[in-house]
Amino acid sequence: MPTDSDVSTAMNERNESIHGVACTFRSPSDVFHAAEKVRDAGWKIWDVHTPFPIHGMDQAMGLPRSKVPRLTLLGGVTGFITGCLLTWYMNSYDYPLVVGGKPYWSPIFPFPVMYECTILFAAFGTFFGQFILNRLPRHHHPLFDLPQFARTSDDTFMIVLEARDKNFHLDESRNFLLSLGGQEITVIRE
Amino acid sequence: MAHAPEHSTDRPEILDRVNPAELPRSKLILNDRGFHWITDKVCGIVEEPTPLWWKVTFAVALFIASFTGAGLFYLVSTGTGTWGLRSPIGWGWAIVNFVFWVGIGHAGTLISAILCLLRQKWRTSINRAAEAMTIFAVMCAGIFPLFHVGRVWFAWWLFPLPNQNGIWPQFRSPLEWDVFAVSTYFTVSTLFWYMGMVPDLGAIRDRAKTWWRKAFYSVLALGWRGGNRQWSNFEMAYLLLAGLSTPLVLSVHTIVSFDFAVSNVPGWHTTIFPPYFVAGAIFSGFAMVLTLMLPLRAIYRLHDVINQYHIDNMCKIILATGTMVGYAYATEFFIAAYSGNAYEKFAFVNRAFGQYAWAYWIMVSCNVITPQLFWFKKIRENHALVWIICLFVNVGMWFERFVITVTSLANDYLPSSWGYYSPTIVDIFTFFGTFGFFSVLFLLFVRFLPLLPMAEVKMVTPQADPHAH
Repeated sequence: MPTDSDVSTAMNERNESIHGVACTFRSPSDVFHAAEKVRDAGWKIWDVHTPFPIHGMDQAMGLPRSKVPRLTLLGGVTGFITGCLLTWYMNSYDYPLVVGGKPYWSPIFPFPVMYECTILFAAFGTFFGQFILNRLPRHHHPLFDLPQFARTSDDTFMIVLEARDKNFHLDESRNFLLSLGGQEITVIRE
Repeated sequence: MAHAPEHSTDRPEILDRVNPAELPRSKLILNDRGFHWITDKVCGIVEEPTPLWWKVTFAVALFIASFTGAGLFYLVSTGTGTWGLRSPIGWGWAIVNFVFWVGIGHAGTLISAILCLLRQKWRTSINRAAEAMTIFAVMCAGIFPLFHVGRVWFAWWLFPLPNQNGIWPQFRSPLEWDVFAVSTYFTVSTLFWYMGMVPDLGAIRDRAKTWWRKAFYSVLALGWRGGNRQWSNFEMAYLLLAGLSTPLVLSVHTIVSFDFAVSNVPGWHTTIFPPYFVAGAIFSGFAMVLTLMLPLRAIYRLHDVINQYHIDNMCKIILATGTMVGYAYATEFFIAAYSGNAYEKFAFVNRAFGQYAWAYWIMVSCNVITPQLFWFKKIRENHALVWIICLFVNVGMWFERFVITVTSLANDYLPSSWGYYSPTIVDIFTFFGTFGFFSVLFLLFVRFLPLLPMAEVKMVTPQADPHAH
């Protein structure tokens, strides 16, 4: 438990222009075990940058389940209702047309249209939902100024502890990352 | 891309009492290639100076594509009569080519979506190129119904948009269902393809040396940072899009088959059409994937990433779906005989022995007989032969659609109005050119976008497992 004086020192030393501390790791297994320790130390505002999604990393980081499915469901329901209203309004309400003695509207014949609308809108919900939840597009992130960061899309793994987290203390966090077996430690400026 | 953790902590009790044998698994990536090798290989394709073969092929493809341009220009400036469509054959090459190209696209979605849900890890190596193939094939397909409407400048009436006549699309028609199915298919496939590509575009951006390359790929990568918080949403979205694309792809060719099955023409009005069309679509699509991937594998030396295991699997899918298609041909005959319906019986006897018997037997030999060669390992290992067999399948599947469309219309209920259909030079130009159009798009994709999904290929390597030692 940090005491009050610890917290105040951290507050004083927290430089507003610092985004956080980054540390690189060599292998998926190194970064995986390091992430478990960061999670257990109670960190909340931090991330693990990897060239590909690592199995089980969500649990290792203690992340909750992604919220994308809610937006998919929202999209799907919207799409189904849109499909129903579209076919009913056009062929039964605004311009009723008798074709082959069939009813003006029934849930049967326009079902392919309703089905496709459901899938289309659910896909929009998923696609845009993913980017909205990931706060993308965003082209000006402090991480992009870090020379090592470019390698995280290739074969390097990186843990970034952000200064916004209440556990953040420049020197202590640096030592903490070193103790986890990190390779290169860098301070990220805003 | 999403897989459940494979390392379960509950160890079955039986394992303590027996000595389990190690079953050798086929390796997905040969020669223990590392992460950096994969990045270098895939980014290298985009970063190298434009190779000569690419320039030559691109020029040839552009030239071939101009045939579609010429065909369509002549058609629009003169009229739909320049196509070989005459009563009683109102649907000729246009619908044949449409179904052919849409069918090709289906393999891409099968690989990206259905094999993802089935956790087939080998799909990762061919996934991206197959998805690109889907999108470009659907674009080629779209040309035909679009121009078949006659006055192409009114094609937007197909969509539920208010027009000056104050009338709306008519949703009781399977052709209108097709508009929704194919446009949804195109949109969802494009979203899925692009979303899967974002992390790889980020990898190309991170390696970019020149400012224009950096700018181009930065815009496309949307600022992707590869943080696990992002991957978590990304993987969930990927899984959901796979789950949405699966019923979608099955519905698209089902609805395409409704164009025929919902009519009452003998030979079309059958309930077997949806599954039969879907199997045929996957069959033709895999043949096209191999037709494209075998040369690319040789040119870019991708033998470690696309190895014999991948080629074997694709050949086996072609064998399975080809056999299903053959079974469907047989079932159609049986049901026609069993139905006791004179018109239905005639339609099928006429297909096999009537005026279009030549087309029917091309179809049977290419689709049913040739793929049976894939039973033999020696043949699956001979890649030149695999490529040639795939060309046969492509030809056979085009003829299947020709046989279905034309034979039924040429000889239906009234012998007094029977006819014989032949395409005109305009038909031939338009169709021939679509191969160029497709190649132009595919070559641009190969040159400027990541050909293989790097992140996904890295994920299936043994060293990606955080519990590996």
